[in-house]
Amino acid sequence: MMPTLSEIKKSFLVSLWFMFLTFPIMVIRVNTTEKLVLWRWENMAYMGIGSFLLSFVWRYMLWRKETGKKDSESGTLQLPSFFERILSDRRYIVPATAAGIALVAIFPFVMDTYQTNIMITALMYIVLGLGLNIVVGLAGLLDLGYVAFYAVGAYTYGLLNHHFGLGFWTVLPIGAVMGAFFGILLGFPVLRLRGDYLAIVTLGFGEIIRLILENWNEFSFGPSGIAQIARPSLFGIQLSLSSSIIYLYFVMIGMVLFTIFVVNRLQNSRIGRAWIALREDEVACQAMGIDKTRTKLTAFALGATWAGMVGVIFAAKTTFINPASFTFLESAMILAIVVLGGMGSIVGVSIAALILILLPEYLRAFSEFRMLIFGAIMVIMMVFRPQGIVANVRRSYKFQPDKHS
Amino acid sequence: METILEVNGLTMDFGGLRALDHLNIDIRRGEIVALIGPNGAGKTTFFNCITGIYLPTQGDIIISPPKAEGTHKRERINGLKPNQVTEKGMARTFQNIRLFPNMTVLENVMIGRHCRTRAGVAGAIFRNRAMVREEQSIVDDSFRVLEKIGLARYVNDQARNLPYGAQRLLEIARALATEPFLILLDEPAAGMNPQETHELDELITRIRDDEGISILLIEHDMKLVMSLSNRIFVMDYGKKIAQGTPEEIRNNPVVIKAYLGEEIDA
Ligand SMILES: Nc1ncnc2c1ncn2[C@@H]1O[C@H](COP(=O)(O)OP(=O)(O)OP(=O)(O)O)[C@@H](O)[C@H]1O
Ligand SMILES: [Mg+2]
Repeated sequence: MMPTLSEIKKSFLVSLWFMFLTFPIMVIRVNTTEKLVLWRWENMAYMGIGSFLLSFVWRYMLWRKETGKKDSESGTLQLPSFFERILSDRRYIVPATAAGIALVAIFPFVMDTYQTNIMITALMYIVLGLGLNIVVGLAGLLDLGYVAFYAVGAYTYGLLNHHFGLGFWTVLPIGAVMGAFFGILLGFPVLRLRGDYLAIVTLGFGEIIRLILENWNEFSFGPSGIAQIARPSLFGIQLSLSSSIIYLYFVMIGMVLFTIFVVNRLQNSRIGRAWIALREDEVACQAMGIDKTRTKLTAFALGATWAGMVGVIFAAKTTFINPASFTFLESAMILAIVVLGGMGSIVGVSIAALILILLPEYLRAFSEFRMLIFGAIMVIMMVFRPQGIVANVRRSYKFQPDKHS
Repeated sequence: METILEVNGLTMDFGGLRALDHLNIDIRRGEIVALIGPNGAGKTTFFNCITGIYLPTQGDIIISPPKAEGTHKRERINGLKPNQVTEKGMARTFQNIRLFPNMTVLENVMIGRHCRTRAGVAGAIFRNRAMVREEQSIVDDSFRVLEKIGLARYVNDQARNLPYGAQRLLEIARALATEPFLILLDEPAAGMNPQETHELDELITRIRDDEGISILLIEHDMKLVMSLSNRIFVMDYGKKIAQGTPEEIRNNPVVIKAYLGEEIDA
């Protein structure tokens, strides 16, 4: 028995309030040349109906969420999402993976270069999301300057390639190390900070790196950036443009698999558990014998490693980098992927990266409303499904009851 | 029996407030000692000081971890970080339960094994033999602790879904997993019903008898304190006002006055 009278009344009041608020701008129009006042009452009707419906839908969803909670009070607290249901059903899993592999393998051959390029970008964001997931999702350290490590990786390749002609595969591990190094560099000063303070300082760190790159002309070539960076080569062979994109696509696929493999192992290890404990309760974590300093620094370092590597790939993909590619918006985007996907969940973060990167590309028609839609999705997610698309489920262990007694 | 913890002249100031005032306390091997006092006496602050969460203004904290051969080394632990104190062998629980709510019960205990194991990043990624074996031993040891405490049926449940009494027990399990020689319990019976309190009484005795772990507990439940403790320290306004056996404390006029006529009966 949901749509009670009181709910309707509340929505009605909301719509009245909105009509009143928007009255001056939506209804009255003063035509100064003809000294006329135009009363556009139909606009008021639209406002009223629109806000009433929105408010009602909002209330309805809140109600569904509440009852969902009540129904499963004793067992799992939240209803599984569509993705979670698919993931947990064995019947779907095998065909789904087979189809997935086939799709991934033929994608660059049936799609054009443009599509493949977009997909490469999406894959890059999966890795970035999984990397930031270590810092934010597992260790609970809100890092708003993640893009700095991405920039470090990109400039590592850009500069080493420009000055010394080093190739992609040589620089990839160097980019990883540089990422980790800068991760620790950021980690030290923020060891004592938590929550919003940490967020602000990391945000500042991201901006500092970008401003240095923008202004230190002798080092980074300033806003004009570095051009003609070499694309990755295949055993020393230079590829044509289209085949090198296909090549990069498969490099990225390999990279994603490698990341998932490593992050999955990390999060079910002694270190991974320490990160999660740190996120859950810092004081208790220390009191249980975990070295907070070390744990935080490894989280920062291992998170930044991925950004460093993806940075190298980014430079190789675009062959041109400048500081404008590494603004705060990038950090926000990657953070949105982690939050939307579900903190700590590998599958969730991957899905969220695909959605957030691919959807805007295919919805170019709505490009003006992109940020609006984006914001709305985030707000709705936070209200109705704060645990993300796929909630992180901790591993369970099996024991034979008589084995230990 | 030899002394395992020795606190001399411990003082803690918060700005103008002296929360601990030249406190002297000692604990011997195999003892169950209670620390009691009215609200705000400074009991929790004392725990926080000796476990490294606060840096005391003044005073010495000296531990002598018991060794099998009877050779024990005195060691001053002022200024060590909380995790180092735990590593030395003093583990604690919290007055306001501080579990890792979104981890499973088993994982909560596995965190306790952290300081007794070594696997690093490389071990986690490559999973070589030694690391796999260590990981398995973490799981097995943790499960054994849960069985001992009587929480085995909750193994894979999320800690936050546990009933209140079980959460208190899980804190003790987690502390036990760090292989301490002394456990500090901050109001372990708070919020428990009489049945649970009775089981807790047995559990604490069992921990001392079976594991040879000494226990220092803060508790307001006088019945539990009187039945459990070998010795009792009484604090008020940061000062130690009395110490002795339960019998002596029960009849001590100073203690009765500190509790403002509150009945101390068991
Ligand atoms: N971090 C702090 N900063 C300032 N004052 C503090 C701090 N921690 C404790 N105090 C003060 O120290 C005094 C002792 O507090 P404490 O928590 O140790 O009492 P307690 O004996 O544990 O009381 P209870 O039985 O209520 O748990 C109180 O007056 C408290 O306000
Ligand atoms: Mg207290």
